[in-house]
Amino acid sequence: MIVNEKIAIDHGLKKDEYKKICELLKRTPNITELGIFSAMWNEHCSYKSSRLHLKKLPTKGKQVIQGPGENAGVIDIGDNDAIVFKIESHNHPSFIEPYQGAATGVGGIMRDVFTMGARPIANLNSIHFGSSQHKKTKNLLRGVVHGIGGYGNCMGVPTIAGQTSFDSSYNGNILVNAMTLGLVKKDKIFYSKAAGLNKPVIYVGSKTGRDGIHGASMASASFDDKIEEKKPTVQVGDPFTEKLLLEACLELMEGDSIIAIQDMGAAGLTSSSIEMASKGDLGIEVNLNKVPCRETKMTPYEIMLSESQERMLIVLENGKEEQAKKIFDKWNLDFAVIGKTTKSKKIELFFDNEKVADIPINTLVENSPMYDRKWKKAKLPKKNKINKDDINNLKIIEVLKKILANPNICSKEWIWQQYDHTVMGDTIQKPGGDSGVVRVHGSNKAVAASVDSSAVYCWAHPLTGGKQVVCENFRNLISVGAKPIAITNCLNFGSPENEENMGEFVECVQGIGEASSYLKFPVVSGNVSFYNQTKDQGIKPTPSIGGVGLIKDYTKMITMDFKEVDNIVLVIGKTEGHIDQSLFARVILDEKNGPPPEINLFNEKNNGEILLKLIDSNLIKSAHDISLGGIITAVSKMCIKGNKGINLKKPKYLISDIEYFFSEDQGRYIVEISKKDQKKVLDILNKNAVHYDELGTIDENMLFLNEKTKVTIDELKSFNTKWLKEYMSN
Amino acid sequence: MKSAVITFPGSNCDRDMDVALKKFGFKNKMVWHQDVELPKSDLVVLPGGFSYGDYLRCGSMASKSKIMQSVINFANSGGMVMGICNGFQILVETGLVPGVLLRNKYLEFICKNVFVKISDKDSAYFKNIKNDVLELHIAHNEGNYFCTNDQLKEIEDNTQVAINYCNNEGKIEKSSNPNGSTKNIAGIFNKKKNVLGMMPHPERMIDPSLSGEDGSLFFKNLINNIK
Repeated sequence: MIVNEKIAIDHGLKKDEYKKICELLKRTPNITELGIFSAMWNEHCSYKSSRLHLKKLPTKGKQVIQGPGENAGVIDIGDNDAIVFKIESHNHPSFIEPYQGAATGVGGIMRDVFTMGARPIANLNSIHFGSSQHKKTKNLLRGVVHGIGGYGNCMGVPTIAGQTSFDSSYNGNILVNAMTLGLVKKDKIFYSKAAGLNKPVIYVGSKTGRDGIHGASMASASFDDKIEEKKPTVQVGDPFTEKLLLEACLELMEGDSIIAIQDMGAAGLTSSSIEMASKGDLGIEVNLNKVPCRETKMTPYEIMLSESQERMLIVLENGKEEQAKKIFDKWNLDFAVIGKTTKSKKIELFFDNEKVADIPINTLVENSPMYDRKWKKAKLPKKNKINKDDINNLKIIEVLKKILANPNICSKEWIWQQYDHTVMGDTIQKPGGDSGVVRVHGSNKAVAASVDSSAVYCWAHPLTGGKQVVCENFRNLISVGAKPIAITNCLNFGSPENEENMGEFVECVQGIGEASSYLKFPVVSGNVSFYNQTKDQGIKPTPSIGGVGLIKDYTKMITMDFKEVDNIVLVIGKTEGHIDQSLFARVILDEKNGPPPEINLFNEKNNGEILLKLIDSNLIKSAHDISLGGIITAVSKMCIKGNKGINLKKPKYLISDIEYFFSEDQGRYIVEISKKDQKKVLDILNKNAVHYDELGTIDENMLFLNEKTKVTIDELKSFNTKWLKEYMSN
Repeated sequence: MKSAVITFPGSNCDRDMDVALKKFGFKNKMVWHQDVELPKSDLVVLPGGFSYGDYLRCGSMASKSKIMQSVINFANSGGMVMGICNGFQILVETGLVPGVLLRNKYLEFICKNVFVKISDKDSAYFKNIKNDVLELHIAHNEGNYFCTNDQLKEIEDNTQVAINYCNNEGKIEKSSNPNGSTKNIAGIFNKKKNVLGMMPHPERMIDPSLSGEDGSLFFKNLINNIK
């Protein structure tokens, strides 16, 4: 097939991009070469619209061992232990084929982590669906949850936390973001940078088939009416093979034969071989006849672009081939020497004794396009004028019941009960809390992780929203007693070619950068998913932030369930009564306009750090951050979890009860303390200028404000737990 | 006391079981599925997981793997063999214990704490245990125990039912059956009661920081009985 501009455009390349390829090569590429360029230059692999802005994120810190640019980020947690972690999107495939799309998303992120030598110890996910009324939502939710469980459960890695939301902006584009944490010894971290000439390049894992060809290109385009035809671009996962691959790789890594290792994820053999060579400033030569294939008569083009799962590429030390092969034989996995490193700084492919591709590596990587896309700055929306009489006539308990049963607040037990969250025997905080927590096996330490996003705030004002997500994540880690260390981000947006969507991206990233820099909570890994849009309708901007924190002594971990009757409950942080963009405004007032709550980074940091100090001094019995639904929603969840009630007294404020209890001001927590510690705790808060309210005392089984405003915890619980179960069983 | 845990390709609770056995005093050895001989053991454990990826049927391929002939011989000569979760599925496939394990009634994987009533305290597994009800943890997709009416009669006549799903007070009722198992059966013995297959994972309940501690009761009692 002779390549021309039309074929290039069919591959998702732009006219001028094709022109640039011809100029760089000083000739017309053949079809295999065109395929390679299209795979390396698409948005998913090249970050061509986002690179310019991602550079501005803070990525360094005392505990950062490896920032962005590797398979995953790495942080130091002391005692020669390190945590490898990353979050990644698998949005497009999951909408087309929810089970396999979600499953291979989980498989892919676990591979990124064990490629670096770490044993995965926890999975998390952030999944977003269209309106619960939309005809596709139920099946997509079921398929995605089955897929995540199907893969993670089989791998024997606990799924410890997650987030699920419903919003009509995801009707045509669901989001599936998967995150994995792995544990590694600091001196046994493996990287993808190849080094040395004539080193054998090894292919291990599953055979290569025709699945997932152009998966990365598919994920770099908007959906149209023909998405059903894209099913073959979705990869098919086999967690059993991945489990074997995990064990085999970790066994090989115990020795010293690996120079570099890279998993074959998006754009398969193409990107893995090119990335290893590029980082090592080397060339690579591959004989495609040596690649283990599942199907007959696969062409070089298909072999290079297949996204078959559970495969790895390794550069070995010379002479270690036999020893390595033995390990892969033991685990019944394919092992083939397919090429070698060269000094040519080119990728050279051979097939049937012919050279089928010959491309300088720098043209694929450094010379890949980078765009400074046009973007529009968002204005801060005007505050809504809410009619105080209207809201003051509302009955608090009735509003609370509606909020607790709302799809975005209700208990997600139906989901996480399908994930094995206890395998490996170290899960000390299960899903449903502020963060999931796993012990570092055999030590006193534990690692907490949480994943968050606030699309509504980001949509209302991207800069504030971007900051808020990082802050909320920070709070979720603090609430369990963990010191926040670093984050990974998954940036889900609409088309970068649309100025408004691009503006949302730029300003969310700016917000994330400002907050993570102020909170010393650097970004160590992540990915960008653009084109989450169908025709010209983009999703709400949804950056997902996955944060990791450390608990030095796991017996000091905090949970949110109320512990003891007569204990005192405080609100930490100031309540201003910000109703705009709150769940209350959207669900009860049907009001979608207005600015999101403001972020005060000083208070955020101060409140969080002081709370951590209190936790460390054993002064806190339970804690929970205040987010969607405000104070009373947070308190209700603590009541439900602890099977206890509360005697509330609203502190004297100028704002109304409704505003006090349902507003979504930031930087706030609810904490339980015992009476004997009251003076000590209040002194510490006062001394450190942390605002607090005394909210009430813990009671037997009733949430009580006054005779007209009271409800049993059992009733609240039934409102909180029934919606999702009923929705999924109808 | 010596124990052995078999690792099949796809086993994923083998390490957890190793940790639990050692914690309660067993000298445990890990045994690879392609080995032919078992080390000298007082107890052999088939751990949970997804041996051979659950391909064909859960447990069926593992039941034919090399080491299993030795495990079967060991069981037939009176040795103690315990299969947990996928291990139970393997035991069923070998025929060492009767019945089959079908997919959960609601077709979903279930991971949660459950209560089980110890229905028979004659075996070395549950003899002398003080509690009648244990809170254990399940995590499975195919734990729906099923057998024919004739088999059921035989099982019951021989008091081969080891544990049943129940409520927190020990009442065996429909609402506490998580997966649709016949008669709420969560675990059964072979006729001689030296082989036990059960779906719940006692090894995940051995520490107050985890889901609970009733697994500790089970293991402490088990090692005392074997001594």
